[in-house]
Amino acid sequence: MHTLYYLAAGPFAIAAFVLLAGGSLFRLVRMGLLARKKDPAVFDYMSARYGFRSLFHWLVPFGSRGMRLHPALTIASFLFHVCAIVAPVFLYAHVLLIDESWNIAWVHIPDGAADAMSLVVIAACVFFLVRRMKSPEVSYLSTWRDYAVLALVAAPFVTGLWSFHQFPGFRYAGIIHMLSGELLLASIPFTRLSHMIFFPITRAYMGSEFGAVRNARDW
Amino acid sequence: MSQVALKKETPVSDDGMLKGAAKLTPEKIRETVRKVLDGETGARLKTYAAMCARCGMCSDACHFCLSHDRDPAWSPAGKVKRTIWELVRTGGKVDAEFILDACRIAHTECNLCKRCAMYCPFGIDVAYMMLVMRRICHKLGVTPQYIQDTAHSHSATMNQMWVKEDEWIDSLQWQEDEAREEMPNLRIPIEKEGADIMYSVIGPEPKFRAQLIYQAAVILNASGVDWTMPGTPGWDNSDMCMYTGDNEMMGRLKRAHFDTAVRLRVSRIVMGECGHAFRSVHDMGNRWLGYRQPPVPVIHAVEFYHEILKQGRIKIAKKFEGPVTLHDPCNIVRGHGLHEMAREVVRLTCDELIEMHPNREHNYCCSAGGGVINCGPPFKTSRVVGNRVKAEQLFAAKARGAKTVVAPCHNCHGGLEDIIHHYGLGMDVKFLGDIIYSCMEKPE
Repeated sequence: MHTLYYLAAGPFAIAAFVLLAGGSLFRLVRMGLLARKKDPAVFDYMSARYGFRSLFHWLVPFGSRGMRLHPALTIASFLFHVCAIVAPVFLYAHVLLIDESWNIAWVHIPDGAADAMSLVVIAACVFFLVRRMKSPEVSYLSTWRDYAVLALVAAPFVTGLWSFHQFPGFRYAGIIHMLSGELLLASIPFTRLSHMIFFPITRAYMGSEFGAVRNARDW
Repeated sequence: MSQVALKKETPVSDDGMLKGAAKLTPEKIRETVRKVLDGETGARLKTYAAMCARCGMCSDACHFCLSHDRDPAWSPAGKVKRTIWELVRTGGKVDAEFILDACRIAHTECNLCKRCAMYCPFGIDVAYMMLVMRRICHKLGVTPQYIQDTAHSHSATMNQMWVKEDEWIDSLQWQEDEAREEMPNLRIPIEKEGADIMYSVIGPEPKFRAQLIYQAAVILNASGVDWTMPGTPGWDNSDMCMYTGDNEMMGRLKRAHFDTAVRLRVSRIVMGECGHAFRSVHDMGNRWLGYRQPPVPVIHAVEFYHEILKQGRIKIAKKFEGPVTLHDPCNIVRGHGLHEMAREVVRLTCDELIEMHPNREHNYCCSAGGGVINCGPPFKTSRVVGNRVKAEQLFAAKARGAKTVVAPCHNCHGGLEDIIHHYGLGMDVKFLGDIIYSCMEKPE
């Protein structure tokens, strides 16, 4: 168990960050080069004004008609995305770890807030799971990958709470927390989670096509 | 854990598709799919396939899905799953049966209306993916017979309806003769170099709806603009090849159209009330030819009517009686944002406008566009049944008093007429040109 801990705390963590940063960069550059070669129109039509206009409407809760048609999903999605990013990045324990390792520190949030945010993430994951299973228009499209991604996202939050509050078996939970978190980070560029890196581009492109060519809104 | 769709398949009865599919071999399918996916598509398809979160939000966008009680097999992502994703996943290892089904989905159950791009949080362009599917079908020789016939006509005559060159000129002179009984000084100037406007129409106008040329001639003459119509191939602005995946022909057609305008040294092209033709000159054909925007400015009829009404070039004698409702054609609304202009023209010419909801960019397609009506009788029922939501919209407008539907697009006309007939709605469909022609002051 000690070996696993040292692996998770050392080489695996480094590998996860390298895969996240390197993988994202690699995928972005590769897609950019491919677009330059095969879809050059993407660069011609991309417009900062209309791209940001579209992004703005899609980053504001209820900014699009689709979001207004599904208030529960919209609220769950926005809370999920905000909490899933803010809680781990500004958690005191994480900030401290990074400060001790690399001497870089930033602000942190109170532990109570991080707890609440983790619970929100887990609740949203349950909501997504139920929706994926029960809603025909989602279940029809779902494969094991979609369920796996959901589990992958939920795991670090469940185990994080578990180990922080020292529930029974928290030592194991701590190691699973580290491993699942690392797996999550490393898988972002290579799974459906890649929408993290591609969303701003595809949305901005559609916004540009609608705005600059079609003279219409896309939200 | 995924649920089986409710969708019931009806066997394909289209001869063109069946005969094409009978000639397929697994090797040919695989090789063609690879050639298109590897050779012609790139970052867009790859990114869309990789990032779609399978969230199902596109279901709200599609009139086919909504009209089938949200059956997921009809949702945009559901249709992509049953076509392109499977080809990407298997690398083209599918059988002729699959291609037949994929062809039916891409050609007759998606109008390429792009409404789903406004409902997908990521802005995934399903219409683009359906066009890639149609391109693969085209290369495999599996395309619905009726639309393929129009594509053949485009290849042989550069117009959609097998209209011969002398028949074209004859039709113009015939309409000129007819219209001169009403307006003795009226001319349809053919091949007038240096005119301000080249007026172009779609093939079906001389073929079936010659009165539209008559009406346009009256409006153009009365407005006193300097205009002409070409006497050579290149007069037809329509483009079914754009919808069959025959991109090479799409390019040739658009080049012929633009070249004709350049040869006539006109300063702009004004086109009739057609949606898909506008898409082909403004968005797809020009892009294939490498033009970011059309090389000659192209003005849609709605813009032109707006211009001449606003400038007072034509006057409305008496507004059109009875409330009307306005159908927003996808290709000029989601395709060019002409919804407010169209409303202004309606308000200038009609007594009262009753809105359908949702409208403007969020309109429901007529279910005829994207080449679907051009696939002909074998698919008429699925097209009309697949747009119950439009019938409900029309019915709601009728309940509030609208007797007439104004639809500034040819395909929408055909689609709406079929819907009105099928659901027994008893409404009239009119072009803006019909209304302007009937309400304007006509010079003696």
